[in-house]
Amino acid sequence: MSRLAKGGQIDRSRPLAFTFDDIAYQGYFGDTLASALLANDVKLVGRSFKYHRPRGILTAGSEEPNALVELRSGARREPNTRATTAELFDGLEAASQNRWPSLAFDAMAVNGLLSPFFGAAFYYKTFMWPKAAWEKLYEPAIRRAAGLGRAADGPDPDHYEKAHAFCDLLVIGSGPAGLEAALAAGRAGARVILAEEDFAFGGRLLSEKTTIEDDTPGAYVTRAIAELKSFTNVRLMVRTAVFGAYDDEYGALERVADHVAVPAPFQPRQRLWKIIPKRVVLAAGAMDRPIVFGGNDRPGVMHAAAAQTYVNRFGVAPAKTSAVFSNNDAAWRAAFDAHDAGASVKAIVDVRTDVSPEITGGAQKRGIRTILGGKVVSTRGKTLGIVSVETGHGRETLYVDGLMMSGGFSPNVHLTCHHGGKPSWDETIAAFVPGKCPPGMTVAGAATGTFSLADCLADGGRKGAAAARDLGFSAADPTPPRAESEATGQKPFWWVHESKGLAFVDFQNDVKAKDVALAHKEGFSSVEHLKRYTTLGMATDQGKLGNVAGLAILAEVSGRTIPQTGTTMFRPPWTPVALAAFAGHHRGPDFRPTRPTPSHAFAEELGGQFVEAGPWLRAAYFPHRGEPTLRDSVNREVLAVRERVGWIDVSTFGKIELSGPDVGAFLDRVYINTFSTLKPGKVRYGVMLREDGIVMDDGTTTRLSEDRWAMTTTTANAGRVYQHLVFCHQVLWPELDVRMASTTEQWAQIAIAGPRARDVLQGVVDDAAAVSAEALPYMGAAETTVMGGVKARVFRVSFSGELGYEVAVPARHGEALARAIAKAGAAQDIVPYGLEALAVMRIEKGHVSGPELNGQTSAADLGFARMASTKKDYIGRVLAGREAFRDPRRPSLVGIKPVDRTQMLRAGAHFLKPGAKPTTGNDQGWLSSATWSPTLGHSIGLGFLVGGSAMVGEVFRAWDGLRGTDIEVEICAPCFIDPEGVRLRG
Amino acid sequence: MRIPCPYCGPRDAHEFSYLGDATGTRPKNPSAPDAILAFHDYVYPRGNPAGSHRELWYHTNGCRRWVEVSRNTLTHEITGARFAGASIPDASVPDASVSDASEKEAVS
Repeated sequence: MSRLAKGGQIDRSRPLAFTFDDIAYQGYFGDTLASALLANDVKLVGRSFKYHRPRGILTAGSEEPNALVELRSGARREPNTRATTAELFDGLEAASQNRWPSLAFDAMAVNGLLSPFFGAAFYYKTFMWPKAAWEKLYEPAIRRAAGLGRAADGPDPDHYEKAHAFCDLLVIGSGPAGLEAALAAGRAGARVILAEEDFAFGGRLLSEKTTIEDDTPGAYVTRAIAELKSFTNVRLMVRTAVFGAYDDEYGALERVADHVAVPAPFQPRQRLWKIIPKRVVLAAGAMDRPIVFGGNDRPGVMHAAAAQTYVNRFGVAPAKTSAVFSNNDAAWRAAFDAHDAGASVKAIVDVRTDVSPEITGGAQKRGIRTILGGKVVSTRGKTLGIVSVETGHGRETLYVDGLMMSGGFSPNVHLTCHHGGKPSWDETIAAFVPGKCPPGMTVAGAATGTFSLADCLADGGRKGAAAARDLGFSAADPTPPRAESEATGQKPFWWVHESKGLAFVDFQNDVKAKDVALAHKEGFSSVEHLKRYTTLGMATDQGKLGNVAGLAILAEVSGRTIPQTGTTMFRPPWTPVALAAFAGHHRGPDFRPTRPTPSHAFAEELGGQFVEAGPWLRAAYFPHRGEPTLRDSVNREVLAVRERVGWIDVSTFGKIELSGPDVGAFLDRVYINTFSTLKPGKVRYGVMLREDGIVMDDGTTTRLSEDRWAMTTTTANAGRVYQHLVFCHQVLWPELDVRMASTTEQWAQIAIAGPRARDVLQGVVDDAAAVSAEALPYMGAAETTVMGGVKARVFRVSFSGELGYEVAVPARHGEALARAIAKAGAAQDIVPYGLEALAVMRIEKGHVSGPELNGQTSAADLGFARMASTKKDYIGRVLAGREAFRDPRRPSLVGIKPVDRTQMLRAGAHFLKPGAKPTTGNDQGWLSSATWSPTLGHSIGLGFLVGGSAMVGEVFRAWDGLRGTDIEVEICAPCFIDPEGVRLRG
Repeated sequence: MRIPCPYCGPRDAHEFSYLGDATGTRPKNPSAPDAILAFHDYVYPRGNPAGSHRELWYHTNGCRRWVEVSRNTLTHEITGARFAGASIPDASVPDASVSDASEKEAVS
């Protein structure tokens, strides 16, 4: 056990059991999976992506490239989770990934031995021929060998939420700068959100032994959080990673229940936040970066800052005996903390020769050997056992099981780049510092490249107060708490040239120093080319650790400075975000709202089978016992309507109420035909064009009274037509006195159709005389009451071609109306009919619908040329007059019958002249809609044919290359039933 | 992205539908001999400016007002928003000549 006897912010009274690769271990409350594994001496935790090299825990945060594990099992299995951020819970199951048959013995590790052949772009260079083999052979094999974790076995059983938050100031990170910023703005009264990705507030303060106001950093954090909690204007968000800066808003992921085995009932697993702040203080801290030397990826090599975290925060010694390899003072302080806690440090190797006496004195006091101007050149052991050092006076071997590595600190500038801002190179700290930030963002503390604790506290307070002042709050710069003003003294050092072994730049993608040099040699010297050629920075950690070193090496081999070579840019997200979080509740049937029609429950009772129609759920047909196929049911429903009577819910039609003295004039401008002459109590069919001359929609509009009108649109175009009308009114003709409102949801509408429709209707209206043949002729409308006083509108219109009415009542009465109609129609043997029967009847009648209003057809193509008024201007009129629309060769609407009446037409076929080859040049048009007509006893269709109505009586072929059919068809007028309209006027 | 709707205040861009270029004006004389050309210019050609742009947004899930938004296509910065439609008096935009300017643009 490497757990220290005391110290850390873990609760030793709360042990937690967990498994890793099916072996049981124990950790404590407050551990991460990584700290608990280290406490149990588990050093080998994963295999690398390409070479399957054994890997250990490298960091203690979200930058971790090595310790990627699968968490949980079955449908909850989550691959590629960083053990360093996974909060330990009782019963946690974790498994290593990308290894076979086991983590300790991985057969694919042979790739590592072959690494001299597996350099940059090896796959592209080697597996070139034959071309077909890439897809079938090489790529699958490579994908098997190089990989990450496995996805879950089943659909995610947990749910995910989305939420919005607004604030004056968003503070990202709760280290010294973030806490002071939040305090300063919170005290001034600004609405503050403090977001921390860890499960505990404090940032680096949790990991360092120092003093603030003569007290421990932990005590300072506790006081600061207590004060922030006392403000009603401050919201503290823990386990919340702000992952992206977008336009005016920030994306954040709150891991609500990732730290328990199963979320509590009704609790989401994760919550995706959209935070809309007025100002942002980015206090994201800085990150210890690796040094590139041979074997720097061996389990046992760890960042010095991470080792310090494991010792101070988690009470774990990452190694029994360590060496240190660094270029800065912070690593020395980490070594002192480890040594003082009982994890002995044998030697500190520092590339600098001018380390301050204050620092070297600390080593002397502890009896730690110092090797200044030295370098680690290689490591050995399955997990680390031997470190070989170039001391400046020759090579020396150190026998240690831990190596604390630190290449200095890089500010976490990631979120500053999300609007395209480029970080700039700061020579004094040899690191990128924030450049142009997103609007409203300032950066505070270590993220600016200011590393001393005293400076971070002061900078945070200043930036927080400044943001509050900027928003009009009165806030003076706070007096920062007293703290150490320690130096970092970091000196640029990236790469141990003397190293012979594999020296890694990007641990997760197995990119080595040699690969960077090779890329340059082969001409890929731009940073962007380097990235694509070597995959540097392309893994799930997005180059958090490796990018700067890779850039520095490229600069060196190409003889340029780092700023000349380029910058590292970062895009969202800062850490990976599960797709489930983006989906939120919009999954499966909840992908979008389900809109049942008002009579839905009744239709269900009647055995209706439902289908999605646009945004609605509509009854498709109502099967009876003994009807084996859909067509049996549909045929029965159609014939029932044609012979007797049927009802259907048509509430899904778009409904728009218009009022005002200028509605007639307005409609004249949006419909091709004239409406201003329509008399009150009358309905008229109208066609609307887009401004480019193509038909947009059709429907009926009723003049209820002098200045009240009711329009219907097709179900599919309801929203679009309303938006179009509003555009026409608000933008084009605001001078017209017109008011309009969408009332699609407000009115339920049931159609009654068939020769006995009037009898049924008279059974539901309160005043039967109001709907008599004389009182309500075809295309008439009446406002009346039904079912004993329910306000209703009755329109005598017909889509089926039969005597038909549509009865509209306030939506809450829709179901009752449907039941009343069914009851009133029982004597007439009424049937409910569905969308399928409706579609059959509209084709029999030659009414155009979606397949004909397909965004390519003009009014003339559809046979509406004579409807179009020549006495007025309307939307689309001018461009509908273009030459192409007047071309006599333009296909127009016709009816189709198979010559052999037993043959079945299918929509999608193309028309060809008899004997013509099926070529584009011979194409005469297409079959847009087809159906079996139970009324006629054969298949019928509608289509668009060159020559249109002039071809009636001619024979063509309906050729369908997809389905391999070629059927002789006879051209007829596009109306198969009652062309004179006797029935609907009956 | 947040759009400052002149009616509802700053609202999430997801509440709006985008139409596009607001600089075109529907030709006033559909009987003019060159009406087809004029309508063609109104319906089809679009500038694709890298920088400031005037565009039409419809506040679908809000007040259902068409809004003319001035937006920088490079930075997404929104510098202004007003009710679309020339003759609606709009106190929030001091420069009432915007619609006149757009007519000039359409002519030139």
